[in-house]
Amino acid sequence: MEGLTLSDAEQKYYSDLFSYCDIESTKKVAANGRVLELFRAAQLPNDVVLQIMELCGATRLGYFGRSQFYIALKLVAVAQSGFPLRVESINTVKDLPLPRFIASKNEQESRHAASYSSDSENQGSYSGVIPPPPGRGQVKKGSVSHDAVQPRTSADQQEPASPVVSPQQSPPASPHTWRKHSRHPSGGNSERPLAGPGPFWSPFGEAQSGSSAGDAVWSGHSPPPPQENWVSFADTPPTSTLLPMHPASVQDQTTVRTVASATTANEIRRQSSSYDDPWKITDEQRQYYVNQFKTIQPDLNGFIPGSAAKEFFTKSKLPILELSHIWELSDFDKDGALTLDEFCAAFHLVVARKNGYDLPEKLPESLMPKLIDLEDSADVGDQTGEVGYSGSPAEAPPSKSPSMPSLNQTWPEMNQSSEQWETFSERSSSSQTLTQFDSNIAPADPDTAIVHPVPIRMTPSKIHMQEMELKRTGNDHTNPTSPLLVKPSDLSEENKINSSVKFASGNTVDGYSSSDSFTSDPEQIGNNVTRQRSHSGTSPDNPAPPPPPPRPQPSHSRSSSLDMNRTFAVTTGQQQAGVVAHPPAVPPRPQPSQAPGPVVHRPVDADSLITHTSTSPQQIPEQPNFADFSQFEVFAASNVNEEQEDEAEKHPEVLPVEKASDPASSLRVAKTDSKSEEKTAASAPANVSKGTTPLAPPPKPVRRRLKSEDELRPEVDEHTQKTGVLAGVLTSQPPLPRSVGKDKKAIQASIRRNKEANTVLARLNSELQQQLKDVLEERISLEVQLEQLRPFSHL
Amino acid sequence: MAVCVAVIAKENYPLYIRSVPTENELKFHYMVHTSLDVVDEKISAMGKALVDQRELYLGLLYPTEDYKVYGYVTNSKVKFVMVVDSSNPALRDNEIRSMFRKLHNSYTDVMCNPFYNPGDRIQSRAFDSMVTSMMIQVC
Repeated sequence: MEGLTLSDAEQKYYSDLFSYCDIESTKKVAANGRVLELFRAAQLPNDVVLQIMELCGATRLGYFGRSQFYIALKLVAVAQSGFPLRVESINTVKDLPLPRFIASKNEQESRHAASYSSDSENQGSYSGVIPPPPGRGQVKKGSVSHDAVQPRTSADQQEPASPVVSPQQSPPASPHTWRKHSRHPSGGNSERPLAGPGPFWSPFGEAQSGSSAGDAVWSGHSPPPPQENWVSFADTPPTSTLLPMHPASVQDQTTVRTVASATTANEIRRQSSSYDDPWKITDEQRQYYVNQFKTIQPDLNGFIPGSAAKEFFTKSKLPILELSHIWELSDFDKDGALTLDEFCAAFHLVVARKNGYDLPEKLPESLMPKLIDLEDSADVGDQTGEVGYSGSPAEAPPSKSPSMPSLNQTWPEMNQSSEQWETFSERSSSSQTLTQFDSNIAPADPDTAIVHPVPIRMTPSKIHMQEMELKRTGNDHTNPTSPLLVKPSDLSEENKINSSVKFASGNTVDGYSSSDSFTSDPEQIGNNVTRQRSHSGTSPDNPAPPPPPPRPQPSHSRSSSLDMNRTFAVTTGQQQAGVVAHPPAVPPRPQPSQAPGPVVHRPVDADSLITHTSTSPQQIPEQPNFADFSQFEVFAASNVNEEQEDEAEKHPEVLPVEKASDPASSLRVAKTDSKSEEKTAASAPANVSKGTTPLAPPPKPVRRRLKSEDELRPEVDEHTQKTGVLAGVLTSQPPLPRSVGKDKKAIQASIRRNKEANTVLARLNSELQQQLKDVLEERISLEVQLEQLRPFSHL
Repeated sequence: MAVCVAVIAKENYPLYIRSVPTENELKFHYMVHTSLDVVDEKISAMGKALVDQRELYLGLLYPTEDYKVYGYVTNSKVKFVMVVDSSNPALRDNEIRSMFRKLHNSYTDVMCNPFYNPGDRIQSRAFDSMVTSMMIQVC
């Protein structure tokens, strides 16, 4: 703000005015209402006032700070002196008289202008009622105005004698005094130039004049009109004017306000309801409202239908627009009917409006239903306060139905309430209500049908896996095309194995709880001694199982076929790895039949298992290496740290072997325990040539098993000794049925192999899952693009 | 996100129309007026089915170079028309739907007011503030 130099008199005067306006005793900010009243009292045209406000920066700031206020006052003086309003004029215009405000002071005040001190505490006592000038003034006013008040009150058919009223009459008195004085000076602009701010009456409440556009009653009192209007206003009637509603007027309120008689009602209103706060309802007022409520609706817990309320409040002679706004404010739950609380709030607002208080934009706290003490909260939630209110939307409809045809639909009401929540910030549960609302509205308005995206299960659950398993078994039986079935002789077995392998692979892929499902699979697989389950991840039959994405099964199948070919080709000893198609899946581990030999060597394999598993995924694509029993031998020779491929291959080989031996238990156990061993063992044999796909489709192990069984059988005897554990295990797979005596070892071997297969398959599973995720992401992106393109399709 | 919001009565006269003041408001009024034809067209097209099945949200009525016009019809044939700025790419269908829902709720609140006569212009402050909030979002 520009620098402002004030003379001493000006300084004092301004500070007095500021304190006068500072009803909140903030010492820093002048209440906008008072300031506006003050300015209006300055008898300046409206636009000038606005210009002043702009210049002083209050418009910019939104409030009147002390500096803004002083500048504004200076500008008022400038304007009143006839000088053009300029920012620089505040300092340049010399010898400005102090701004004059109309009828602002009574003579007494003028006398005390000098001693005018900011008695903000006095103001506080009349909180918001009347611009209480310093207490002194008030007292004097009181004394002086008493006479004025008396006749007035009597004229108003009021009961001035109420003791309660008397102390509070001073506030009302001030307006009267003001009026009295205003009459005297009638025009007295010049009367008290300096006296000090005096009570500025704003019957109009111009402070919020913006909101009272339709205020017909007070339209005549707009500032521009000269004083006469003030006077005339003072004379007007009965209705208006008790500007400050002070707490007192209890008696007035109790005066029966005949519904039919608007004037009396107005009078009563006039004297009624002070606004301490300023919207607080006193007990007397409340009692009065309750009585009025009873006249319309005997049941205090009931509702007043909108039509009845409309008639009732129309009698107040307020403009419809204002009544509409009052209704908006007071009908808290937006149901078209008024509860007792709402009615009291509405009544209070009407009274306030009648007395010159502008309607607030939002319902004041003191008028909110929650703050009003209601007899019953049973019916309407809004009576019970916030918590109750939140429940009211739901409660309101049923409760109001009896009393009136409720206009609410559930969802609009909830919508309204939610909006209420938004409006009244003190409603802390707004977020909750909003969420409730949203959830509630969805069913209520199915047309909009906004559907929450439902996460589609990507990963098959155990159930899925079981289903898949079942399906696979069925499929396997019916699917002769499985590459695993290449070998006609082993067709049946392969099918079985394939199914088991598939199952295992499916489990690994589907079941994210791979370990659990995985272990369960072996059981199932194991249970199917018939090996009707193929673990072939490559199973072309996979369409049935829901989630698993198109796995590299084709590759598996391919690989398996290759493996198959190989296995066939490798009929020789080392080709025992012709377990080719055995995917690393856990499928039934090679049966303990193979165990005897391998068991011994298993511990050695532990190290290689890790590599085995790691390489298993890599081996998936490399089917050819898969079933390479030669690796077993290699492994046996090299042990540990064989190529992972070897492990992988070995693994599957082991699996089938184990599978042959001891389907159920061995699988599980083998997997968990001897996995490492098996893997290492498997890696060795499944070394170079086939070091591919331990993770290769589960079928591989199956196939391997098949073949291993077939092929290994002859070699069992050979390999068990040479290749050690794994080889022995693998080879012993087929021999399982034969080597009864080696059951224990075979079981152990098969256990280990199963474990290895487990890990391998787990890796395969993880990889496939990743692939799945990628595919899903692509799908999502495509869908998004599709959606984006959709609107255009509507054009 | 709207630059213009209009509430049209059943008889196709405006109950409420408000635009972002910076623009040439007449242009928006014209757009709303022309969109009424599209609204009627959509209503009649869907009207074969039962009214209950007809969705309240009409969707994009027609796009222009700079703006898109969305429509919404209540069961009492009161139409809400909203003009939004095309330059806002983030504005999705769901958001438009939610805005219409808010409009509908506020309109219902206005209706609930016994001092409001159906067919009058809407002068509710709450309605105004709600529309302002919608329009301010955009800006």
